[in-house]
Amino acid sequence: MATYSTSEFRSGMKVLLDGEPCSIVENEFVKPGKGQAFNRVKLKNLKTGRTWERTFKSGESIEGADVQDIDMEYLYTDGEFWHFMKTDGSFEQISCDKTALGDTIDWLKEQETFEVTLFNGTPISVTAPNHIELEVVETDPGVKGDTATGGSKPAKLASGAVVKVPLFINQGEIIRVDTRSRDYLSRAKS
Amino acid sequence: MADSTSWLPSATIDTLVARAGMIQTIRQFFSEREVLEVETPILSQFSGTDLQLSQWHTEQGHSLHTSPEFAMKRLLAAGSGDIFQICHVFRRDELGQRHNPEFTMLEWYRVGMDEFGLMDDVVNLISFCSGQRLLERQCMTYEEAFLTADLPDPHRASLTELQQTVADKLQADAATWTRDDCLDALMSMVVEPSLPRESLCFINQYPKSQAALAQHQDLGDIQVARRFELYWQGMELANGYYELTDAREQKRRFEAEQAAKISSGEEKRGFDQRFLDALDAGIPSCSGVALGLDRLLMILLQKKNIAEVMAFAFDRA
Repeated sequence: MATYSTSEFRSGMKVLLDGEPCSIVENEFVKPGKGQAFNRVKLKNLKTGRTWERTFKSGESIEGADVQDIDMEYLYTDGEFWHFMKTDGSFEQISCDKTALGDTIDWLKEQETFEVTLFNGTPISVTAPNHIELEVVETDPGVKGDTATGGSKPAKLASGAVVKVPLFINQGEIIRVDTRSRDYLSRAKS
Repeated sequence: MADSTSWLPSATIDTLVARAGMIQTIRQFFSEREVLEVETPILSQFSGTDLQLSQWHTEQGHSLHTSPEFAMKRLLAAGSGDIFQICHVFRRDELGQRHNPEFTMLEWYRVGMDEFGLMDDVVNLISFCSGQRLLERQCMTYEEAFLTADLPDPHRASLTELQQTVADKLQADAATWTRDDCLDALMSMVVEPSLPRESLCFINQYPKSQAALAQHQDLGDIQVARRFELYWQGMELANGYYELTDAREQKRRFEAEQAAKISSGEEKRGFDQRFLDALDAGIPSCSGVALGLDRLLMILLQKKNIAEVMAFAFDRA
């Protein structure tokens, strides 16, 4: 893998730090008028999602990381692994473990396309689409006509996620949800 | 990647009007004090040996100056008296929110003044530019600034302790860093953000390794440089020296810098003999300071990015 010098750092660049694959989030150039220049860098650990800060002397370099983001369709789980298939027509399959899946386990839906991040060919994380449509499988009965008071109640979705929905939503309805904020967006258009 | 709007200035026209006003105000300030405006070459045969400033060189071997210091000191040696200059200077690889590889510097020298007299001058000038009667100021030594920020004694702590502090505070792999690397990192990323923002904050008595052109001062167990830096609103704004006037000492420091430059793998370039000859001929006791005009304007106009105060920042130049 190539190495990158601080002057080449760009946000989104995938690099290896302490053996962990990271994505550069922010790169700030700091230089006292009469002194050594530095780069203050924010990186996101792609395995854990945690943000790291690091300081480099300008001119130092770090190794690039072999990281790929691929669109894959979710197929099924055998209880231990979760299986995805490439959407490029190759039908190639990849299985992820629970660690790689992380919180995305709450949003799994068959035939939906997810972004799988591979590090050295191994899946390290799975990202749900920003918006997803899922069926409400469990919630208190809807309050008829109440579309304006703004109250909410918990609802369990087919994928297992529990989100807050407006009072008028009924069990069996399909709703649209933002997977990042876990916010209810709307009823799905039927 | 030139998009169709990149012909436009990076500053608004209003900002450029304010910029012109500030420069006029500065000329008035110096004219009232009988400080002579001078112009010296931007392109010259020799330039500084400063390890940390990377320069542009022409195919003919000339350099774009990183500061007008040597030429201005030659004028002082020739009997110019107090002088100031507003000019563009060039520093390669410096690009960021507060850095542009080409920027405008105000540099001035006052004969018979020490660094404290010059600090007064700086306060007066900035107050004058900001339209305030007299801005508040404070002054602390480099050592006090470190101790106030809960850092080790910058002059007496061991290298290992400094490296460890850098590793802890700044998440850096600092095991191979030099003493000055560590001090620069702690100064610019720990001390600087903790300095009072509203008053003009002077830091003086720098480690002598960090001021090749300033006089030294004996503090008993250590020697420090008679250098000051001005910080305002969290930004480094000016750097001043009680100037070294001893030609032999200056030559010795140049040689040391040059040796360090060569050992770090850089090309050998001659140092400015004409500057050394001028010192040898005799330069009056004086202090000099360089102030980044773009940054001063950023503060006065509350702009976050240096590009916003320049007609055309580097990406549009």
